[in-house]
Amino acid sequence: MRQRSQLNGLDYILREVSILNPNGSLKINDAVVSKIYHKAEEITQRVVTRREKPGVDWDEKLDNILTSRVWGFPSMLLLLGVVFWLTVAGANYPSQVIASALFWGQDRLSDFLYWLQAPAWVKGFFVEGMYRCLAWVVSVMLPPMAIFFPCFSLLEDLGYLPRVAFNLDRFFKTAGAHGKQALTMSMGFGCNAAGVVACRIIESPRERLIAMLTNNFVPCNGRFPTLIALAGLLVFGLGNSLATTAVVVGVVLFGIAVTLAVSWVLSQTLLKGVPSSFTLELPPYRKPQVGKIIVRSIFDRTLFVLGRAVCVAAPAGAVIWLLANIRIGNLSLLAHGANWLNPLAQQMGLDGFILMAFILGLPANEIVLPILIMGYLAAGAMTELESLQDLYHLFVVQHGWTWVTAVCMMLFSLLHFPCGTTLWTIWRESGSVKWACLAAFIPLGIACTVCFIAAQTARILGLV
Amino acid sequence: MQSDRGIFSAEHIISLCDLPVGKSAVINSIQAEGMTRRRMMDLGLVPGTRVEALRISPAGDPKAYKIRGTVIAFRREEGSKILVNLKED
Repeated sequence: MRQRSQLNGLDYILREVSILNPNGSLKINDAVVSKIYHKAEEITQRVVTRREKPGVDWDEKLDNILTSRVWGFPSMLLLLGVVFWLTVAGANYPSQVIASALFWGQDRLSDFLYWLQAPAWVKGFFVEGMYRCLAWVVSVMLPPMAIFFPCFSLLEDLGYLPRVAFNLDRFFKTAGAHGKQALTMSMGFGCNAAGVVACRIIESPRERLIAMLTNNFVPCNGRFPTLIALAGLLVFGLGNSLATTAVVVGVVLFGIAVTLAVSWVLSQTLLKGVPSSFTLELPPYRKPQVGKIIVRSIFDRTLFVLGRAVCVAAPAGAVIWLLANIRIGNLSLLAHGANWLNPLAQQMGLDGFILMAFILGLPANEIVLPILIMGYLAAGAMTELESLQDLYHLFVVQHGWTWVTAVCMMLFSLLHFPCGTTLWTIWRESGSVKWACLAAFIPLGIACTVCFIAAQTARILGLV
Repeated sequence: MQSDRGIFSAEHIISLCDLPVGKSAVINSIQAEGMTRRRMMDLGLVPGTRVEALRISPAGDPKAYKIRGTVIAFRREEGSKILVNLKED
């Protein structure tokens, strides 16, 4: 009884249990669960009446197609292909509309500050720095997300997504990962931060961490425009969109291969001891609730991601503007940084400005290319070029890009650290700074190594 | 579990993963430990429960089973740790 007074009630009970039931040998849990289920069965048999089964079992009919040996994979590729096509094709026009609206707003803001007779740096800092960066991120990010996430939620609501995990699990199992990682990766195409949040669907701790740490190897919609532009440069002479598409698809496939490889290594090394289990529920198909889907995907995913991006884009815009406009000697801080990074970057087939753009693009991948163009032009604000011709002229003719530069920058963009929003999300979701740091440094190490090998191989073989 | 085989003359004890698609069997025991065991129990996989093998992934693994009205997929690794009594036809 003296002991009882020292321990609180629960501890006392647990202690008694461990004495009576050493190492769980009595399987008390089993007995309890069995009893609960048997009791529940008894009750349901008494009180629940089931309707006769309908003549046609639609679930089974659908599953016989969607998870069949012949049609399983083609139907999956078709459905995901349609979602991507809708996103890419549908986002273009609204992106332009939002961009022109927001940049119209920028002009009005400038007029307003001019009318106030504000000093030039105020206009630069707030309008060309903060506002412009914000406008950029919103106009590039919002439309694809507003299309992609509802489409994805539709497939989710239909009950189709677990079937994708069911179909693909074997490949992920070989890599030490969970089939549901196929879903978090698909979500990553929309946005890596949303992909990381989606990792909650994986119950097993080890596989969930693997999925979170490797999510950024699928290019998000912030990186797609960069990859498409660079792929266009790479096949510039050919001048057709089919070749560009082929290059982008190649890059995406390489990203998937890296995902599986890194997943395998993580499961064998860092995450070896973390517990793991596999179960996958295949819920019945159901009629999607379109209204609910739109509301849920817009509020839970689109606005959530956009909100976080806005929080980082505005301060990032301010910092970038300062770096581009504070000069020491003849050069801006940005150019000094680029010069300093140049020797290292050259070894990886890049140059100082490219590496600088990636570092400053940490808050949002959308702004990497605009920062690079700003750096090359020695301009004071982020800039976009009208056509691929202009881009070719600036990069290839003026700054000596070769095909290796384009390939290495694509590889670096695909593999490098995830954006600030994603890192923040990993920290929140995993609850530890350690995993967030690893999520940044593992991809960075891989990106540097892969670019280094690619660039050096090309040089040694005399391809450049 | 080898020694148990003689007890059930009309029944075989096999691993759930070896249950052919379309057949059903009754859970005998769960061999898994720790988290996996806990998860299986939570799904209602207690001895005496009837399970039907429904379908197999186009990649060959995992396999989906009907358990208490829901469909759950297990990999070979998990399925091999669940023993079931299969009645011979």
